[in-house]
Amino acid sequence: MPAGLLAQSSPDASARLAALEASTQAAQSAGDNAWMLVASALVLMMTGPGLALFYGGLVRRKNVLATMMQSFILMAVVTMLWAVAGYSLAFGGSSPFIGNLHFAFLHNVGGAPNPDYAPTIPHQTFMVYQLMFAIITPALISGAFAERMKFSAMLLFTILWSFIVYCPMAHMVWGKGGLLNAFSGGVIPCLDFAGGTVVHITSGVSALVCALYLGRRLGYPAVPMKPHNLVLSFVGACLLWVGWFGFNAGSALAASSLATSAFVATHFGAAAAALGWVCAEWIHNGRPSVLGAISGSVAGLVAITPASGFVQPFPALFIGLAAGFFCYFMVVSVKKKFGYDDSLDAFGVHGSGGTLGALLTGVFATSAVNGGLKDAAGRALPLGLVDGRASQVLNQAIGCAIAWGLAAIGTLLILKICDAAVGLRVSKEQEMEGLDLSLHGEEGYIFES
Amino acid sequence: MKKIEAIIQPFKLDEVKEALKAIGIDGMTITDVRGHGRQKGHKEVYRGQEYNVDLLPKVKVELVVPDNRCQEVLHTLAASARTGKIGDGKIFVYEVGEAVRIRNDDRGESAL
Repeated sequence: MPAGLLAQSSPDASARLAALEASTQAAQSAGDNAWMLVASALVLMMTGPGLALFYGGLVRRKNVLATMMQSFILMAVVTMLWAVAGYSLAFGGSSPFIGNLHFAFLHNVGGAPNPDYAPTIPHQTFMVYQLMFAIITPALISGAFAERMKFSAMLLFTILWSFIVYCPMAHMVWGKGGLLNAFSGGVIPCLDFAGGTVVHITSGVSALVCALYLGRRLGYPAVPMKPHNLVLSFVGACLLWVGWFGFNAGSALAASSLATSAFVATHFGAAAAALGWVCAEWIHNGRPSVLGAISGSVAGLVAITPASGFVQPFPALFIGLAAGFFCYFMVVSVKKKFGYDDSLDAFGVHGSGGTLGALLTGVFATSAVNGGLKDAAGRALPLGLVDGRASQVLNQAIGCAIAWGLAAIGTLLILKICDAAVGLRVSKEQEMEGLDLSLHGEEGYIFES
Repeated sequence: MKKIEAIIQPFKLDEVKEALKAIGIDGMTITDVRGHGRQKGHKEVYRGQEYNVDLLPKVKVELVVPDNRCQEVLHTLAASARTGKIGDGKIFVYEVGEAVRIRNDDRGESAL
């Protein structure tokens, strides 16, 4: 540009520069927000229909609707809780353990971004995205008490569980100033990209406590309790796989290269785990089953969740493969050995896979993928063992221990309250008749009409 | 008149139907049933949980034929339903006292 022209335009140059900056920000915000709204919808799709179909197919025919209802009703119930106080207790304030009531009734949650969490998207987008996580987490637990818990007890349980277990854990790991939040000055910096501790360990361990507290289903394991429709489960698992891209890649909170990296790691983890479970089954049992393949893919998705935004593709394959073998072992051998009736293996898949993934995140996390942790000079800090920082594995173990402890103690307490208030189990007659008829007054399959 | 009740392998149903049609037998009633004779069941495994399934799916074919065609039908049925392996099924034959065509009250063999 000729010098004269530059001089001529200088009076309004700063105004034009400001306009340019604003429009650049608006363009980035539009891109990020578009992706995050899609990601939010994908995560909701994981609960309904994904998890509802996956679990619904695994139970007996007489309980298919009741099981699907346990997932679906949480889409409504947790949304209410989240609006009133849940979001605020998870993401308000900056204390180490739990949020405050700053965002109660979604006060102060509007179109302007919240720079503490996601500076390029509306605060409401962040809020609704996190809501989808709060919905699916208690829905995962329902796999442990399927086919025998009262609907009223399940509702009360979920309401208390969301406040007592989920909100504190989410705040500790992801909330500003949280005890375990590596990116916000946590005392014990723990890496959990999309919810290995917050979602899968809490739900999986709570599931185990529920299975132990409620006891086995009538007749288990002598009476056959085959999955009534593996086709439903198959469709559900495929929807979970796709939805998980929103879960993990969306946790980048932007349409960034980090989102791509998490997307790739997620897919690789699921693929390797499907193969891992199928191989374990083929070797151990002589036949590769469809249920094994889909269970394996879910186990891999669980295990890669905490690692997805920190690891490169080949470590992701390794984490998936390990999860496939490990969760097979947990579901097939450990469950049989101890005799607990974790009906749909919520603990075997989510508790075990989540813990394995959280620990392996400490091994494979690298600043080459995620440079979010910076020193004073702005240089990316090393993350995991592969970066030469072995201590991160210990941090991860402490994070897991806190998640296990909170989930176990919190769930036990909540179960005792629910037991005293409404009673946990349906009557023997109701259990034999099936929950669809006895609790909901309807049947899943009516062939004569 | 004889009533022929054949319990056969489900995958043999089409072959049986075609064979009966070829000898001019059109009417029959088909039911999905479960059961077992000497055939042992099979094992199914879901996430390591083993189940022995001894009641296996079969198809029951029922038809009523004139006395003079009974042997021919039995022969055709057995030949078309046979694989030679255990689990092929069984055929039972009963005497029939009367037959009525509901549409026009035809009786006996002319009702078939």
